[in-house]
Amino acid sequence: MHWTDYIAPLMEGAWVTVQLTLYSTVLGTVLAFAAGIGKLSPNWIIKGVSVAYIEVFRGTSLLVQLFWLYFALPLAGAAIGIDLRLPPVIAGVLALGLNIGAYGAEVVRGAIQAVHNDQHEAARALNFSARQTLFNITIPQAIPEMMPSFGNLAVQNLKDTALVSLISLGDLTFRAEQIRNFTQDSTTIYSMLLFTYFGMALVVTAAMRLLERYVTRWRTVGG
Amino acid sequence: MLFGYAWDLSSPLAFAISIMPILLTGMWVTIQAAVLGFFVALVLGLVFAILKSAPSRWISWPATLITEFIRDTPLLVQLFFLYYVLPEYGIVLPAFMTGALALGIQYSAYTSEVYRAGLEAVPKDQHEAARALNLTAARTFTHIVVPQAVPRIVPAMGNYLVSIMKDVPVLSVVTVLEMLNVAKIVGDRTFSYLIPLSLVGGLYLIMTLVASSGVRLLDAWLPKQGIPLK
Amino acid sequence: MTDTTNPIIKFDKVIKRFGDLTVLNELDFEVKRGEKVTIIGPSGSGKSTVLRILMTLEGIDGGVVAVNGEPLWHEQGPDGLRPASEAHLRKMRGQLGMVFQQFNLFPHMSVLRNITEAPVKVLGLSKAAARERGLELLELVGLSDQADKYPHQLSGGQQQRVGIARALAMRPSILLFDEPTSALDPELVGEVLTVIGRLAEEHDLTMLLVTHEMRFAREISDRVCFFDQGQIREEGTPEELFTNPSEARTREFLQAVLD
Repeated sequence: MHWTDYIAPLMEGAWVTVQLTLYSTVLGTVLAFAAGIGKLSPNWIIKGVSVAYIEVFRGTSLLVQLFWLYFALPLAGAAIGIDLRLPPVIAGVLALGLNIGAYGAEVVRGAIQAVHNDQHEAARALNFSARQTLFNITIPQAIPEMMPSFGNLAVQNLKDTALVSLISLGDLTFRAEQIRNFTQDSTTIYSMLLFTYFGMALVVTAAMRLLERYVTRWRTVGG
Repeated sequence: MLFGYAWDLSSPLAFAISIMPILLTGMWVTIQAAVLGFFVALVLGLVFAILKSAPSRWISWPATLITEFIRDTPLLVQLFFLYYVLPEYGIVLPAFMTGALALGIQYSAYTSEVYRAGLEAVPKDQHEAARALNLTAARTFTHIVVPQAVPRIVPAMGNYLVSIMKDVPVLSVVTVLEMLNVAKIVGDRTFSYLIPLSLVGGLYLIMTLVASSGVRLLDAWLPKQGIPLK
Repeated sequence: MTDTTNPIIKFDKVIKRFGDLTVLNELDFEVKRGEKVTIIGPSGSGKSTVLRILMTLEGIDGGVVAVNGEPLWHEQGPDGLRPASEAHLRKMRGQLGMVFQQFNLFPHMSVLRNITEAPVKVLGLSKAAARERGLELLELVGLSDQADKYPHQLSGGQQQRVGIARALAMRPSILLFDEPTSALDPELVGEVLTVIGRLAEEHDLTMLLVTHEMRFAREISDRVCFFDQGQIREEGTPEELFTNPSEARTREFLQAVLD
């Protein structure tokens, strides 16, 4: 087989990787905001759940989390009589999203805490409620602070999707493994694989830069 | 049976207790792989940091490109590459060594940035002051720059050691018998994944907690009086 | 215009401590409805704390503060006064507005949005009504042409005028000014003082100012209070206080700042 013959199956896998990255990044972002805000909550139940989630998922390995969701969770479900067998794609998106969300939560928390106290005082003087202050004043100002870290996490997440090949999900790495098993042409196939990921990472980085420019436009308008 | 330890499936608790020695054997491999990988990352990262700050663009640009490439591609794929491609060129390493090397290469991209940021954070006027005192370049580096850079570098490096530890399970794909892999094997043989995998999760929490506290203690112990840290 | 019977602001033996430092030492202080009162005194003497307590940015450690006859930091419980709930504070806060030393505009909102956000979100005004009110206020502070700019595009003086408009948009009956010109370059102070002066003349707002601008204090105030060591040492009409202070401390202070 010629190396050009590898392109079509690799692209098929790449499409799965793109989808995985997209879905898990969206899930991770939602979880990051929920737990990052939750960690600052005065309600100790919300705070406790957020802290526990962040610590567990930052303190253990992504692959352990993935295997646990895929292999162990169904057994835990069976023990209490619920069918918790997850299709690989669900287990993959869930593990990736939960993992990146825990890291993102610390970014969200840090950025929220970095908003100057002056802004809280102004909001209080204008009689905003705590919730209004958070959503109208604090978070919009914190988001630009989060963007560089979120950019890194998005690339991290893209790279992490390669692990789902280990629960036989047909992503980019999985396809490459299949081809290598068939052709034994390791050098070519893995070089192509590395460059494909590199290209995708550059696209993710560029997209995050654009997003960053969009959310920080109030800072730069008018020079 | 694994590593000479048999499991006892009579009750969940007995099962958990009986596989603990197996998991701890795997954990020891995990720690060794992480430490070796970290060592590679420290050395290789320093090399990259020096190359990236080389005065000639012919050196600094390729070095920057290579570290970007390493940073933007998955550890798993880099590991596959080393494991299957190196032997084609006559380099045959044990799986454990290949794994540690892969960890080291992946993290050298990160550690090189830590070195660079740490050295750049030493204010320029410190260099000027050293020149005014007529110190040699070597002496300036060892006596002025390094003592100020170390307190900035060490905590970040420690955090990467913790990250490397969490990436060791990836090595299971090339048959390294680290903790997750042995748990998976136990699960495969007993059809009971819940307890081994949950225990691995718990042991990981303990390991990262201990390692993170170690980093914090080390950071607290480092002499940094008068050094402005961000 | 000035109601002489019921004070709109009343401090009754108010104590405020920061750690070991007593900032307000059983402060007694009253402001009448519509009155324009200036507090002067040495830096770090706790003048701003009086305003910050009124704006509910700082709590108190003793005594009672009343606004419009109702306790601010307390509410009536079954067995007398108890510490105020957030709901009570929110209700009371609606009567007050504040202009900050550092302006504290919301950097991510346009000038107009800075002014309309709270009326829409807190008072429930329609966007159209808030916008109309916002544009009126911008005209009042002379910034009609800057509505769509962002705060960082304005000079400090312009930002502070937006800060004044923003506070007025909530229709407070008491407006607090916390050293409104201290953060400004000298050439920008005038435009802000002009706006405040016009407000003092044309509106029946109760105004409480902390400022270092002595000449300005003299022009617009009905009453000037000299604040030192946690208490009001001396007060009177600007005429009395500036030309013929009775206390030695006041004389020393005025001599130092007027030279």
